[in-house]
Amino acid sequence: MAAETPQRPLPTPIDRTRPFWDGLRERKVRIQYSPSSDTWVFYPRSHAPLTLADDLEWRDISGEGTLYTYTIARRPTAPDFAGDEPQVIAVVELDEGPRLTSTLVNVDEDRIVVGMRVRPVFEDVPETDTTLLRYEPAP
Amino acid sequence: MGLRGEAAIVGIAEWKPERRPTAPPMFTLEQWAQLTREALDDAGIDPSEVDGICATNIRESDSFVPSTITEYLGMQVNFAEVVDLGGASCAAMVWRAAAAIELGLCNVVVIAAPSWPSPRPPNPPSGPSSWRYGASSANYGSPQAEFDIPYGNVAQNCGYAQIAMKYGAEYGFDPVALAKIAVDQRVSANHNPAAVFHHVPITVEDVLNSPMIADPIHMLEIVMPCVGGAAIVVAGKDVARRSKHRPAWISGFGERVLHKTPTYAEDLLSTALIPAADQAFTMAGRSREEVDLISVYDCYTITVLMTIEDAGFCPRGEGQPFVREHDLSFRGDFPCNTHGGQLGFGQAGLAGGMSHITEGARQVMRRGEDHQVPDADVAFITGNGGLMSEQVALILEGD
Repeated sequence: MAAETPQRPLPTPIDRTRPFWDGLRERKVRIQYSPSSDTWVFYPRSHAPLTLADDLEWRDISGEGTLYTYTIARRPTAPDFAGDEPQVIAVVELDEGPRLTSTLVNVDEDRIVVGMRVRPVFEDVPETDTTLLRYEPAP
Repeated sequence: MGLRGEAAIVGIAEWKPERRPTAPPMFTLEQWAQLTREALDDAGIDPSEVDGICATNIRESDSFVPSTITEYLGMQVNFAEVVDLGGASCAAMVWRAAAAIELGLCNVVVIAAPSWPSPRPPNPPSGPSSWRYGASSANYGSPQAEFDIPYGNVAQNCGYAQIAMKYGAEYGFDPVALAKIAVDQRVSANHNPAAVFHHVPITVEDVLNSPMIADPIHMLEIVMPCVGGAAIVVAGKDVARRSKHRPAWISGFGERVLHKTPTYAEDLLSTALIPAADQAFTMAGRSREEVDLISVYDCYTITVLMTIEDAGFCPRGEGQPFVREHDLSFRGDFPCNTHGGQLGFGQAGLAGGMSHITEGARQVMRRGEDHQVPDADVAFITGNGGLMSEQVALILEGD
């Protein structure tokens, strides 16, 4: 019997967050904005953090940002990721302010610097409706 | 505002951490009973005097935890608390117990962290265990399940490595200073027969030559998961005065809880410990200079480095030279984790966090034996949960 390929955990969108995932499918980064406090919000929520305003609306952004921090996982962070190592697990700060979790792709380890400019890479997961938001160095 | 310092840790039970259990599994309730009995025996207090308990989760019941425990122990209590702050839970339970005692709610509180394996059910439920992603929640609707886990950002190595990388980008990174934390603590572990690494000395080269797990963190900068268990008894003034040992009075505390995932930190390098430590020192009326030893959560070396800074023992960003200039072992000029820390003692689940409290108390009680800090009177303790984002600071004092 062939060795079992580990099953990568995929997001299960909820109604609240579906516009973000639908956006990725359309090659757009779409996040929430709260007009009353002029703040951008990620991840998607029912109310704006801190003010708890319920005026959140969806807006498309460039998705570009800077690398806030990262690590290179030399061992799988969970059994599901066996074979993916080394994985560059990143925190990206969007130009609008919020941060998100991603992985860096198309980059040499030696060229990774905290603070570098990065841009979105849309990765359609085969045989699913899911598109993941990965990042690569901006030219 | 705060405690008057009229409640004390008076009894300790602590099972030697083991990498592989040499005794059979025990249900959590059985561990509660055994640990409570040992801690009360240590203090010289009769079980009938217990009128408060602080617990974390137990295997046998997802809810109604305190009443499940009191029923099993045959106790009736005025104070029944469950705390869910990860590695900060035990420290958080200590101040809650002290506060309840000073409010007059109760007089003798047992705090337990049973961390021994439980028997497996005859027909275990199928499917992945809920701990498949460590402390990260894969439950439906969990932000981590949707936005972090799919990218491999799974607690804990990944997040602490991201914190360490950010620290290095801001202040520069000195791998030798970080390694020295593990080495100095190991010296103390080598003098503590209960430590899992009692017989294994290490050098800075050993640490730096150990495999890189998640840049910049090496294997020997990460705690060793163990099994074990611990409990303490916290008692009011009158009971403490007639207990067997010199009491370790709880004179100050602070608690601060921020985020769960480092991605969403307001500032990853401004930890929750800064306000928590300030509050603890202010409440106790103590200065940093008066502290004889620190017993601080050390899941990773970076945790200790940032704790030394954020608790105010040196300016932020200057922890690495500070560590190089001081001897952190029990016989050094800045005793830090004199039991070996969890890095040297072993991390037996939540009992790992308890080990910082038992050690701080032991030192103040002058029961440190081979790793006693001479004339220890004031101990600074932290509990750290999540990823530097749930912090509790405590100050223990002798008479």
